[in-house]
Amino acid sequence: MGVRKSDIVLLDDKGIRCDGRKIDEPRNIMIKAGVLKNANGSAYIEFGENKILAGVFGPRDVHPKHLANTDRGILRCRYHMEPFSVSERKNPAPSRREIEISKVIKEALEPAVMLENFPRTVVDVYIEVLQADGGSRCAALDAAAVALADAGIPMRDMVSACAAGKVADTIVLDINNEEDQEGQADMPVAYMPNLEKVTLLQLDGVLTPAEYKKCVETAINGCKIVYEIQKKALKEKFFGDSPQ
Amino acid sequence: MNTPIIDDLKKKKILALLKDGQRVDGRALDEARPLIIDTGVIPKAEGSARVRLGDTEIVCGVKIQPDKPFPDLGDRGIFICTAEILPLADPNVETGPPNEEVIELARVVDRGVRESGMIDLTKLVLVKDKSVIGIFVDNTVTDYDGNLFDACSYASVASILSCKVPKWEIKNDAPSLVPDSASAPPITTIPVSVTMGKIADTIIVDPNADEWKCMDGRITITTNSAGNICAVQKGGEDGFTFEQLIKCSELSISTGAKIREILKQVPGGDKC
Repeated sequence: MGVRKSDIVLLDDKGIRCDGRKIDEPRNIMIKAGVLKNANGSAYIEFGENKILAGVFGPRDVHPKHLANTDRGILRCRYHMEPFSVSERKNPAPSRREIEISKVIKEALEPAVMLENFPRTVVDVYIEVLQADGGSRCAALDAAAVALADAGIPMRDMVSACAAGKVADTIVLDINNEEDQEGQADMPVAYMPNLEKVTLLQLDGVLTPAEYKKCVETAINGCKIVYEIQKKALKEKFFGDSPQ
Repeated sequence: MNTPIIDDLKKKKILALLKDGQRVDGRALDEARPLIIDTGVIPKAEGSARVRLGDTEIVCGVKIQPDKPFPDLGDRGIFICTAEILPLADPNVETGPPNEEVIELARVVDRGVRESGMIDLTKLVLVKDKSVIGIFVDNTVTDYDGNLFDACSYASVASILSCKVPKWEIKNDAPSLVPDSASAPPITTIPVSVTMGKIADTIIVDPNADEWKCMDGRITITTNSAGNICAVQKGGEDGFTFEQLIKCSELSISTGAKIREILKQVPGGDKC
């Protein structure tokens, strides 16, 4: 915000980006599982400057009752940004952007969760963005998937998410806020690493067919990096010797 | 629209036909339904279109008026695209605030037109940081037979292509309308949205309402006149493999090119 276009060098001649990363390097990612006492499962993620908390409740009774499904459980998801999470205060009421993101995150998690095991129940996933940076929907999804696993809900696979994009005519992994504002394209992707299926895919910005292919491949590689960090977080929670 | 209820018999028939590469209405897998576009249907709007995609029908109007620019985009005009599903379009639609499905629809249609850069918004500035021209594109769904994403997108594009932008001059610090001097909008490209459904690993283009209820996943890809991809939205409960995503992008380019030829016949569409 307030930074002029000409002030930022998005990609220098050595292939180093505005925050010092290489083109295929994600930001620092830290995930901790089981951070909340009352939720059935929870996770906290720091993904670059993103700080996001996810809590999972359920399977539990559905209210209102008419939403219940008799042959399988339902998944509900709320992605919410705190008013203080961005430079200018955000109205706390859910925006159209947040409602859309909640929907795509839900649909990205649904293929992984074995909802057919829990008819007439709901699994609620609550995501609170405490501080937002570029790529918050991917970071939110990463935390939500770990929280679901932490809650012990049967899953077919983990869901790992990472964005790729086009900056200074180059396809790069995990674009940050500046690159999102000034770059040419942003493509968030969620991926089930073992089933090899993309469960979330969005794109803003123009790509040639070849760039599109490269961008999906780059993002999937990012998802595989995130997957290892998610696994590590769960192993630390369940097998680590650090006291919880 | 929320009720995914479909007769078991019908669903079995759709799935059985797809196994042999056939569709319930006899179309090829990569064939969109007939697209019929009438423009200028609402003379009071600066641009308008009635679009039928099969039995899905959209009425779209463009209103153009002076407005204040967004604080961080003072050198650009405003473009806003919305969509609404009317209660008369389908028995399952209820009145009231938009649900997440309708919000997604509006945002995906908006994104396709916006990200393609169809309208050169820098040409819509009256006074930098103070006064710009706003283009408001509102889609209303009047009859439902699936695939609202594409139908609303075509209606928006046809309305924008055929609209006339009135001229304003600044008098006493306020925009004042110059009568009878409207001109064509600053168009750079024709975006075409193509929505594909995935039913048991078969990809179909432009699913109708019955196919929509059987879909495991869907993807909407918007391409521009140069054959590049400018917006994507994946939806639905199942994922896509990498190969399927590449196939969908190829389908969106080939099918999109055919639909772009229809959009080019709209008044104002021959410019791109």
